Amino acid sequence: MEKLLNLLKSNARLTNAELAVMLGKTEAEVAADIEKLEKDGIITGYTAIVDEAVYDPNSVTALIELKVTPQSQSGYDDIAKSIASYEQVESVRLMSGAYDILVSVTGTNIREVSRFVAENLAAIDAVQSTATHFLLRSYKVNGISVTADEKDERGLMFP
Amino acid sequence: MIDYSKVLSPAIVNMKPSGIRKFFDIAQQLEGVISLGVGEPDFKTPWVVRREAINVLEKGRTSYTANAGLADLRKEAARYFSDRIGVDYDPTNEIIITVGGSEGIDLCIRSIVTAGDEVLIVQPSFVCYCPIVTLCGGVPVPIETKAENEFRLTAEELRSKITDRTKLLVLPYPNNPTGAIMRREDLEEIADVLRRTNILVLSDEIYSELTYSGKHVSIASLPDMRERTIVINGFSKAYAMTGWRLGIAAAPCELTSQMLKLHQYAIMSSPTVSQFAAITALRECDDDIVKMRDEYDMRRRYLVDAFNKLGLDCFTPQGAFYVFPCIRSTGLSSSDFCEKLVYRKKVAVVPGNAFGECGEGFVRVSYAYSLSHLREAIKRIGEFLEELKNGTLQ
Ligand SMILES: Cc1ncc(COP(=O)(O)O)c(C=O)c1O
Repeated sequence: MEKLLNLLKSNARLTNAELAVMLGKTEAEVAADIEKLEKDGIITGYTAIVDEAVYDPNSVTALIELKVTPQSQSGYDDIAKSIASYEQVESVRLMSGAYDILVSVTGTNIREVSRFVAENLAAIDAVQSTATHFLLRSYKVNGISVTADEKDERGLMFP
Repeated sequence: MIDYSKVLSPAIVNMKPSGIRKFFDIAQQLEGVISLGVGEPDFKTPWVVRREAINVLEKGRTSYTANAGLADLRKEAARYFSDRIGVDYDPTNEIIITVGGSEGIDLCIRSIVTAGDEVLIVQPSFVCYCPIVTLCGGVPVPIETKAENEFRLTAEELRSKITDRTKLLVLPYPNNPTGAIMRREDLEEIADVLRRTNILVLSDEIYSELTYSGKHVSIASLPDMRERTIVINGFSKAYAMTGWRLGIAAAPCELTSQMLKLHQYAIMSSPTVSQFAAITALRECDDDIVKMRDEYDMRRRYLVDAFNKLGLDCFTPQGAFYVFPCIRSTGLSSSDFCEKLVYRKKVAVVPGNAFGECGEGFVRVSYAYSLSHLREAIKRIGEFLEELKNGTLQ
């Protein structure tokens, strides 16, 4: 399963036939393994890794740290879920340490993201404070290096 | 003006340059060539090893080491052999840390072979054995292995080449370029032939960690074979450390003591920083080996399947990082195939006959490349074969 997961993590578009060959299994076995991974909630989806900076050079992504007062019944859950429901929000994570919730947001420009933080995050009653960090450059995303391919310094041919 | 033809050694002047030179030159001058031609890992040396080298440099530990290598490294090497192949060597006098497996091969052949000696060389194989034997005045005697035997050496093939001048057998498994391995039962047959003779074995096990079915077996581990075997191994392939230039030669002290004299005069000691880093490799990098092997293994399965689907017969190699498909069905010679492929589709592979005449009809394809690189290359080779078949090849 680990090898299958690693292959899918590096390229989710490999066909079952290709996966089967590489893992020394039958296509049916691979299909069953994937179905189990999905059913068990281990694989929760398949997405494209988009380099937003190439797609839209003006777009900005921010990581926002939130200090939050937990609610008496639901703790952090309800607040996290309501933040997650915004379309601009890419991820919401509860963290240990100096702050509680880490949110990542992408917008078409800095002003838009700043406004989102001020109007939609800072305004939540339970949010005590926010710290917004704008992303400058990504080197690796989801385990995949996204910098331009490093040059192969090996020669073309060697015995 | 000096007449160089009069001053150079004829033995060197007559030495043939490597058979891949021509293709290398062609590939070099074309734009956009993707290569499947290298014989070194695409992985970087594990970070802990690189960090140790940086530490060593920061501390300024840059002097020579003992001729045979750092005592701690030899101890780790002895532990490694005991662990992996079940053969015990005394780290004080049976192990030499060499400049790559290459130097170990050179030391071994030069310490053993004199004028008129015959050296049996399993082929197809790595290119360095014959020239060194010839330089020593020895006679290289190829033993041609066959695709139908999955390029294993058989006892019969071996027996048919032995004469009373046979001094040494070069046994290079896991094999470059075929990817063949020798299983225990195959080695036992070979050992049976050699046991009552004075023939020594140079066992080039540089790819031992890249064995995909079961554990690598060394001929040195079979009864009575330790005393007649020189084991060559190294860091290049297992730990992705080609540029560090570090190998290990292990043999009974009667042999290593002679090899060490040569090493001492030609080399002094192997690179010091590399030696310190190699201690870390042997102590801490077993997991890295497994990870790299698993990755190679998936690529191997992918390529074997892809070539067979393209109609180029390809047996499933069990070692190293090469596949060796047969290209006879195209009607082309190995050289023509490689030349056309690189000109038309800009894919560089190595003609099989660069590794001995019996490699004719095959090409060597390395999978020390990322899967996406391999997929692109396979796509181009597919187009190439298609165009060859319907005569539209430009
Ligand atoms: C079969 C074989 N032996 C030995 C070597 C030498 O490797 P190194 O000198 O880097 O240890 C190679 C390198 O390609 C090889 O393929």
